[in-house]
Amino acid sequence: MKVRANFSLVMNLDKCIGCHTCSVTCKNVWTNRKGMEYVWFNNVETKPGIGYPKNWEDQEKWNGGWELSKGKLQLKSGNKRSILANIFSNPNMPTIDDYYEPFTYDYAVLQNSPLVEATPTARPRSLIDGRRMEKIEWGPNWEDDLGGKFKHRSEDVNFSNMEKQIYGEFEQTFLMYLPRMCNHCVNPACVASCPSGSIYKREEDGIVLVDQDKCRSWRMCISACPYKKMFYNWESGKAEKCTGCYPRVESGLPTVCSESCVGRIRYNGIMLYDADRIEELASVADDQDLYQAQLDLFLDPNDPEVIKQAKIDGIPESWMEAAVQSPIYKLAVEWQVAFPLHPEFRTLPMVWYVPPLSPVQSQIDQGNLATKADGLIPSIETMRLPMQYLANMFTAGKEEPIVLALKRMIAMRSFFRSLNVEQKTDLTVLEEVALTEDQVREMYRYMAIANYEDRYVIPTSHEELRQEDFLGFQGQNGFEFGNDGCSISPNASLFPDKRTKSADNLQVVEFFPYTPAAKISEGEGV
Amino acid sequence: MNLINFLFGVYPYIALTTFLLGSLIRFDREQYTWKADSSQLFETELLQKGSILFHIGIIALFFGHLAGLITPHQWFLDWGISDMMHQTIAICLGAAFGSICMMGGVILWKRRMYNPRVRANSRFMDIFILDWILVTLGIGLLTIPVSIYHAVNGDASIMINLSEWAQAILALNPSPHFLDEVDFIYKAHLFFGMSVFLLFPFTRLVHVWSMPLAYMFRPYQIVRTKFVKQR
Repeated sequence: MKVRANFSLVMNLDKCIGCHTCSVTCKNVWTNRKGMEYVWFNNVETKPGIGYPKNWEDQEKWNGGWELSKGKLQLKSGNKRSILANIFSNPNMPTIDDYYEPFTYDYAVLQNSPLVEATPTARPRSLIDGRRMEKIEWGPNWEDDLGGKFKHRSEDVNFSNMEKQIYGEFEQTFLMYLPRMCNHCVNPACVASCPSGSIYKREEDGIVLVDQDKCRSWRMCISACPYKKMFYNWESGKAEKCTGCYPRVESGLPTVCSESCVGRIRYNGIMLYDADRIEELASVADDQDLYQAQLDLFLDPNDPEVIKQAKIDGIPESWMEAAVQSPIYKLAVEWQVAFPLHPEFRTLPMVWYVPPLSPVQSQIDQGNLATKADGLIPSIETMRLPMQYLANMFTAGKEEPIVLALKRMIAMRSFFRSLNVEQKTDLTVLEEVALTEDQVREMYRYMAIANYEDRYVIPTSHEELRQEDFLGFQGQNGFEFGNDGCSISPNASLFPDKRTKSADNLQVVEFFPYTPAAKISEGEGV
Repeated sequence: MNLINFLFGVYPYIALTTFLLGSLIRFDREQYTWKADSSQLFETELLQKGSILFHIGIIALFFGHLAGLITPHQWFLDWGISDMMHQTIAICLGAAFGSICMMGGVILWKRRMYNPRVRANSRFMDIFILDWILVTLGIGLLTIPVSIYHAVNGDASIMINLSEWAQAILALNPSPHFLDEVDFIYKAHLFFGMSVFLLFPFTRLVHVWSMPLAYMFRPYQIVRTKFVKQR
């Protein structure tokens, strides 16, 4: 057993209203730069729909993620040799039109227009080559709220094993929102596909980052990530991705997408997992077993064995406390109401989702649909969203875990309705779904109330423990001696090193002891 | 010192020094700019054809030139490769890979000049170095008829002189006189070719140094720790 911690998220889709506040804050913080106009580290898709980039879930087309080749885990885009053989031209590379051509408008026309009869218009212009765009055909969220034809959005691969035609009918139609970001996977395909080894997972918190200095724009990660959350900055020629807002997370703050979420759907916390079992569990034979496999990968932070091993593996005490308090652990493992997005990609994603309930309230009010005994809380069979569709998204098609999760969420509502309306504790609804009263009360606190301090349990990264020569950092930012930050070869440089290289090698600098005589007092160590 | 002595006695050193030192300095100081600078995001079909042909061609040409020019003459004779055989091999391989490279290069050139997205995002040096390589390549292909003429007449002396000149450069004993008898077209090819090395550190060509062969030998996953081990 090797204990590692991973910064993780859960998104409660039952509460997502599709407002895109997460996307916009993320855009403003991270991708409002040249070369990144088309990039959304975080985006919110309307499902069913083909998403961003187009049909990203279709791995027959993109060859992203992993597959089993003779029982062994291998990138779906090929073994290492074929990845290198494709280095001159990546056959799976999406082009800008698969995302959308970024555009702006000729706003100056509006300001400089003389007095005219007709209202002047600001026409669109490409942000890539500056050419006039006659008509905008696609955008970052073209399918918002089921925009467009059913024929188009029905290409969604989550419909693959379903009779999808009936969902084209107005009465049968359904929709849900799916906010997406980098999953900071435990078995990331982007890292594995990078020929220059510039992408890495941080041992301390599991955040996956790109070393911008080492990236050589071989662009294999762009197609290898099955979630298409690796992006090519065409200005810098480097791969860029969601940073997990690591500067915030290191200080114990939630990511900006989480912080700004008005629906309070996002949970941030850490999960402990067994790094020795990654390969074994990512290569279970049946796709439908991958959800359970990932649950097996997680470690119980209350288990004395785990606590002992965590100490040996250098997990700080505060992180163990955070792991016990982790909302992610409660939602994913204790109550099993959260699921990984497309576990069949075998990357072991660490952003999980609570599936949405979808009661048809107007029909319930008219008494047309089956309900629980109280006549108000809908039963699972009458939900608008097809279970198979949700299962295709979250459990590789296995319906039972999804059904149980939704039943638990309904039981929670049932329990609290009878508690608040009828002033009685109805334990029978809980027995059906194997929950205790304590559990459901806690579920209510986390999922219905969702207080800030319950949603975000983020231990700081203990920067103070890194034996940094803090004096060495003085004057580094703002007033640099020449080309600071670029030289990544501290051991061999053509030019004289900065005298304060100690920040890199973390050796404590031995200062000549300076002890002013006047300050020495007895019994006080200096 | 006349122009010929400068071009073939001094210029090679300027080019090689700039090539090596320039690459080293750029790698050390400006690694953020060290990249292949792919434009596949904007156009993928022409790139698929052009880039593969171009790269196969140019890699073969590079190693062909390297082997042909700097292997001592005596070694070839020891291996039982006569001068005429050597020349025939050089002509055939050069023509084959030169043509492949040229085909790919022209596709890439057309793509870069006429695809509005790729063109809009090309820096001056991207277009300039592609033009320069294509001119070098074109002149190189033009030397083939002259070489065939030599071969038909059973004359391998030009080829041998060229490799003696190259070896003299590497032996730090510049001897431009080896090129006295050499036709102008070869000299033009030499000048353009040496200039590619001179331009190398200032272009996207630096990605050649980063050929990621180490990928074959590393584990899939990379984990970095912020806690640097005490040395």
